[in-house]
Amino acid sequence: MAAVRNQPSPDQEAAARKRAMGLLAKATRVELAGAWEALATRPAVTPVRGPETGLVMVRGRIGGGGAPFNLGEVTATRASVRLDCGVVGHGQALGTDGEKARLAAVFDALLQTSEHAAAVERLLDEVAARLKADDARKARETAATRVDFFTMVRGDD
Amino acid sequence: MYVAVKGGEAAISNAHRLLADRRRGDRTLPAIGIEQIVAQLGLAVDRVMAEASLYDRALAALAIRQARGDMIEAIFILRAYRTTLPRFGYSVPVETAEMQVERRVSATYKDLPGGQLLGPTFDYTHRLLDPSLLRDEAVEEGLQRDGEIEPVMRVADILSSEGLVEDDGQLPEGHVPGDLTREPLEFPMERDLRLQALARGDEGFLLALGYSTQRGYARTHPFVGEVRIGEVEVELDMPELGFAVSLGRIQVTECQMIAQFKGSAKNPPQFTRGYGLVFGQSERKAMAMSLVDRALRAEEFGEDIVAPAQDEEFVISHADNVQATGFVEHLKLPHYVDFQAELDLVRRMRREYEERNREEPGEDTLEAAQ
Repeated sequence: MAAVRNQPSPDQEAAARKRAMGLLAKATRVELAGAWEALATRPAVTPVRGPETGLVMVRGRIGGGGAPFNLGEVTATRASVRLDCGVVGHGQALGTDGEKARLAAVFDALLQTSEHAAAVERLLDEVAARLKADDARKARETAATRVDFFTMVRGDD
Repeated sequence: MYVAVKGGEAAISNAHRLLADRRRGDRTLPAIGIEQIVAQLGLAVDRVMAEASLYDRALAALAIRQARGDMIEAIFILRAYRTTLPRFGYSVPVETAEMQVERRVSATYKDLPGGQLLGPTFDYTHRLLDPSLLRDEAVEEGLQRDGEIEPVMRVADILSSEGLVEDDGQLPEGHVPGDLTREPLEFPMERDLRLQALARGDEGFLLALGYSTQRGYARTHPFVGEVRIGEVEVELDMPELGFAVSLGRIQVTECQMIAQFKGSAKNPPQFTRGYGLVFGQSERKAMAMSLVDRALRAEEFGEDIVAPAQDEEFVISHADNVQATGFVEHLKLPHYVDFQAELDLVRRMRREYEERNREEPGEDTLEAAQ
């Protein structure tokens, strides 16, 4: 039973990889390059595809929650790589930074290896913590501009 | 007969060299950097991204610099650049209800969940020139307020809980969102395609049309249900993985305009809505877009079409400033042969007029003789 519990379901695996790829997309190139340099052993990496820059058509929804419509495009860059152990990783992020997309792909692949998964998790936690701190600071700055209405009572009746 | 005229090469080449010189300007001043444009002229960058219909702050800043600050020229350059890139796909629709909000105001409810969040706004400034900006004085950071952050509830949801406002716009099941970058425009069009055209439309044009509806040309008596600005997640489906992945976040401005009622035998009276969604921080554009979106729904609501803002073909055909500037500005290009033909025509008409007047002198000539 214990073995079954430890085995993540395909859904859980997909959710974990989705979270990881989302965080890798939001990592800076400096964060990714730093984490790569900090690895104890660095596997050989061969490019499979890209990096290539293209466009994603961003969709909105009519009225905010209705039928989709095409809002406009955004630049995006993607890359796929293969590690010497054969594992393939995909990286993609907004913008035109090919090296960042390549490094994101490397870390997506490394996350799937038992040897490097822990190091990738550390990187992901760092990125998540930075994003959380940025968001919290912005939220507090926005909160300071919230209007506190008060009512002035005029007259006695 | 058409005779090709050549000989402009040297002049054109020298003109472009002169343009580069004038763009750089006084060499004793430091050149302006792309990062500086992004950081300090951010709303100009946002306008270029919105109307070029391409979200990329660095490229928009480059276009502004290259265009010497001529916004429509910058929009043109960025729009042209996007045609050089392949299309990876369509994103999952962004969820503005889950926006990381940095500004949200409502003109319809004073107290509402999430509150009135002014954010970094020009509203309530005195619009007096600030001499402190002549110098590079230190600027304080924004204040921070601690405490629980309330979720910022959509105003449309507050009204719709009572059934007093129409739903978010739906299109028939299985409708594929139209894409005007892929198919030529055809009229009449669905609301999804109109919104795409308006989202990239010229801010000034939409502002004037929105203003015209307020002044009585297609009156809708609107209220700003809410304007919100903030970041939303852009997700792309990854076929090789079987799920959608976040590519990062973009900033958008959304306006929910609430307009006057519509009811029918089947539906009780309720508020109608206009919708605006724009790349970056661009409140004026989002508001104007929502006014024009509402005005363009005249036929859907059985309203009389009496004003320019309600005329779909007129509005959508003329909203794109890249097309507009191309057609207007082409008039300055050589039209020597066309004009020669017109010149010949007017000379012949003049000759005929003079011959006619010699044969039977008109009153003017008589008066002149007296």
